[in-house]
Amino acid sequence: MLRFARNDGIIVLAALLLLVFSFAPARADALDDALVKFLDDKFSSTEQAVAGIAAAAPPQGADIVTALGDGRLFVDDANKRVIYESASGEAFDAKTGAKIEEPAGLRKVRLNNGVRRSLEAAMGALRVGSPDPLRRIQAAHDLFNNPNPKALAAVDAQLGKETDAGARTALEQARAAIVAATPDAAKPDVLRSIQALSERGDKSAENAIQSLAAGRNDPEIAKAADAADARIERSLMLWGLAQNGWYGLSAASVLLLAAIGLAITFGVMGVINMAHGEMVMLGAYSTYAVQAVLPASFANWSIALALPLAFLVSAAAGVIIERFVVRYLYTRPLDTLLATWGVSLVLQQTVRTLFGASNRQVYSPPFLSGAFHLGGLEITYNRLWIIVLAGVVFAALLIVLRATSFGLQMRAVTQNRRMASAMGISTQRVDMLAFALGSGVAGIAGVALSQIDNVSPNLGQGYIIDSFMVVVFGGVGNLWGAALGAMTLGLANKILEPTIGAVQGQILLLVFIILFIQKRPRGLFAQKGRAVEA
Amino acid sequence: MSRSLDVAGWLFVAVMAAAAVLVPYAVLGTPETSAAHMPVYLVQLLGKYLCYAILALALDLVWGYCGILSLGHGAFFALGGYAMGMYLMRQIGARGVYANPVLPDFMVFLNWKALPVAWWGFNWFPYALLMIVLIPGLLALAFGWFAFRSRVTGVYLSIITQAMTFALYKEFFRNDFGFGGNNGLTDFKDILGFSLQSDAVKAGLFSISAVALILCYVVARAIVGSKYGKSLIAVRDSESRMRFLGYRVEYIKLFAFVVSAIMAGIGGALYVPQVGIINPSEFAPGTSIEIAIWVAVGGRGTLVGAAIGAIVINFAKTYFTGALPEYWLFALGAVFIGVTLFFPTGIMGVLSRIKFRRTPPQVATGAAT
Repeated sequence: MLRFARNDGIIVLAALLLLVFSFAPARADALDDALVKFLDDKFSSTEQAVAGIAAAAPPQGADIVTALGDGRLFVDDANKRVIYESASGEAFDAKTGAKIEEPAGLRKVRLNNGVRRSLEAAMGALRVGSPDPLRRIQAAHDLFNNPNPKALAAVDAQLGKETDAGARTALEQARAAIVAATPDAAKPDVLRSIQALSERGDKSAENAIQSLAAGRNDPEIAKAADAADARIERSLMLWGLAQNGWYGLSAASVLLLAAIGLAITFGVMGVINMAHGEMVMLGAYSTYAVQAVLPASFANWSIALALPLAFLVSAAAGVIIERFVVRYLYTRPLDTLLATWGVSLVLQQTVRTLFGASNRQVYSPPFLSGAFHLGGLEITYNRLWIIVLAGVVFAALLIVLRATSFGLQMRAVTQNRRMASAMGISTQRVDMLAFALGSGVAGIAGVALSQIDNVSPNLGQGYIIDSFMVVVFGGVGNLWGAALGAMTLGLANKILEPTIGAVQGQILLLVFIILFIQKRPRGLFAQKGRAVEA
Repeated sequence: MSRSLDVAGWLFVAVMAAAAVLVPYAVLGTPETSAAHMPVYLVQLLGKYLCYAILALALDLVWGYCGILSLGHGAFFALGGYAMGMYLMRQIGARGVYANPVLPDFMVFLNWKALPVAWWGFNWFPYALLMIVLIPGLLALAFGWFAFRSRVTGVYLSIITQAMTFALYKEFFRNDFGFGGNNGLTDFKDILGFSLQSDAVKAGLFSISAVALILCYVVARAIVGSKYGKSLIAVRDSESRMRFLGYRVEYIKLFAFVVSAIMAGIGGALYVPQVGIINPSEFAPGTSIEIAIWVAVGGRGTLVGAAIGAIVINFAKTYFTGALPEYWLFALGAVFIGVTLFFPTGIMGVLSRIKFRRTPPQVATGAAT
């Protein structure tokens, strides 16, 4: 109704006229009546002509209306006929749609904004009659979002002969939306609309049902509307839950990527790398640098190139930190914490000096942008790929730890450093490589984060505390602990978010973890054995 | 008492006592043309440093003597500050922008009708003083009881304290929490009826801060010099051995942690009237980590060193952020790395090495019997 009020009165008038026209017995006559109005050379008449064409819906209707919009519709005053040109410049008779020789002395039909508005409305109605079912469905969706009472006749006409099931459903919903926008719709129409909308079952359907039920003091309608409302609410709630689950999974995969490297370094060396967030940040900036260097034609390959590069850059940074700082502080884990915090400050400021303090724009290749719908779920491609990436990284790390000799050595050092050393494992080398591996994985996390977060010098800071929580919760020295920790915290966060708010949810989780380590001071998957207390 | 004060300690107390007397004189008692005159902004700056020194002293008590590296001490400082800030907010009364005699401006702005329960009583100074001590103390008691009882130690404890201050940071950021949201509490007018804008009050606050620092130092010194202090150090050096010897390690730690939190709260309470604002950034995890570096720079386990470290680093910060802002983080980062790698004993350690160059190696002050 509001939509109505905003348009000018002429369109309302045209709509009423259209309703009259739609009952005209013969189609050809209706088209004739419409076309004649073009001859008037008045905007109001042109609008009526457009509405008339939409109502008559001849096969060439869409062409005529498009031609008018593009300034290719002409009046042949001498022969009292209307002629349109195709985009390639051939002339057609508007009445028959037949190709003709272009006569001389044509006068172009003029446009103003009022006419343009009526054009759009007419196009919607005409596209409903398109021979291609996919285009009919698209037209019906457009109509649903922009219900136009003028199109009702066209929708009804198409519904009468519709054979495609998908198009029928879409048209039925479009019709319902139009009825909902018509204040004086008849009761059977209203009931039919409520039925169609309840099958659609989304938020806009619910709104349409509410506007259908509003102002009608009919118990039957009210009952149908209530039932439909309840049904929609239930399905919305279920889809909402599924959507939150999806968000949770997505958040969990980001957390896992950021935290798993930390779990490795913490597990092997028992030291916390406060600069771990900056390793993530370096990965994100590597992505940016790759894109800045790469020619534009290869931009779609930038991510494939950035993943190994980010791994190498962060791993190299990790080796440098290990060799020059952490190595000297193994007996003083608290000092490592402070020293690596110092490293993180230096790295942040270095990146700020080199790249500037503002956010850097990272390009998303087409396969990483956009979204698709799965039922009531909206799934964005970038999140989907990050989940895939997290899974791949996790599997790769499992293989490294389980199936390589380096992995075996790393597990040995994690479980009992001195014993491993006595068995001939170079703990120094293992430490260095473990630090490189953990940092490199953080770099990969940075590439993923560059697609969903702002690439700024502070990028890492936003994830570091959450990553700590994952490690503390999951326990060290076991990748499954990190995975379960990330999963639990990610899901819990997104499930709590809609009920008590994002910040409250986070606080609750922090409090939960503080209490949780009362019960299990070393996390879910604690190390066991005599080396633990040392 | 005097026996437990060594040379550095006496010197420190003497310098602070002198500052408490001389600085107000330099501000108020000398003409502006005199060489001894001190501009007011400098007094405020020094007063701020002294509050940081109290905070560093508090952290040194638990870190230097008990091995608890709390990365959440900024939270206790901020809570003390908020308690003072709430008193100062209530003192504004009807002089606020909205001229509401009871509700602070931000509450009127949020359309609140009544004062939240948490704010009751804060117009009464003794109540505010009680809260300055009680709130950080109780938080430390609850948090420490949970953490120490379940033997959360080392880096785990550090991370959990960081999580604690991070949670508070997030909570205080919310407007609905009722403490001014991200703007915090500010626009204070007066304290106990004295205008915060007057030079005399500013100089007075400085003197009070200096006296508070002396008192905190004396208390901390008494604690670490006592029999209990010895057990504290023993816990630092070998926690499980102390436990096997039959000591209740968790209570030993808890006492030091609570005392330390209360000291931090007092530092925060003195800080707020001098800088004129308290906001959630004081809870930021980065702020709390910086406190640890003050202590490390001065020399952990020395008390005096912690206070000196706080003053030195913050002086450098003031200088750098004014003159070379882009290099401050480089410098701070380098200090973090350099002190932990090359000067783990800090300024005090370097000083004592110079002093005792020709004498036999000294036992660390903390471990002396």
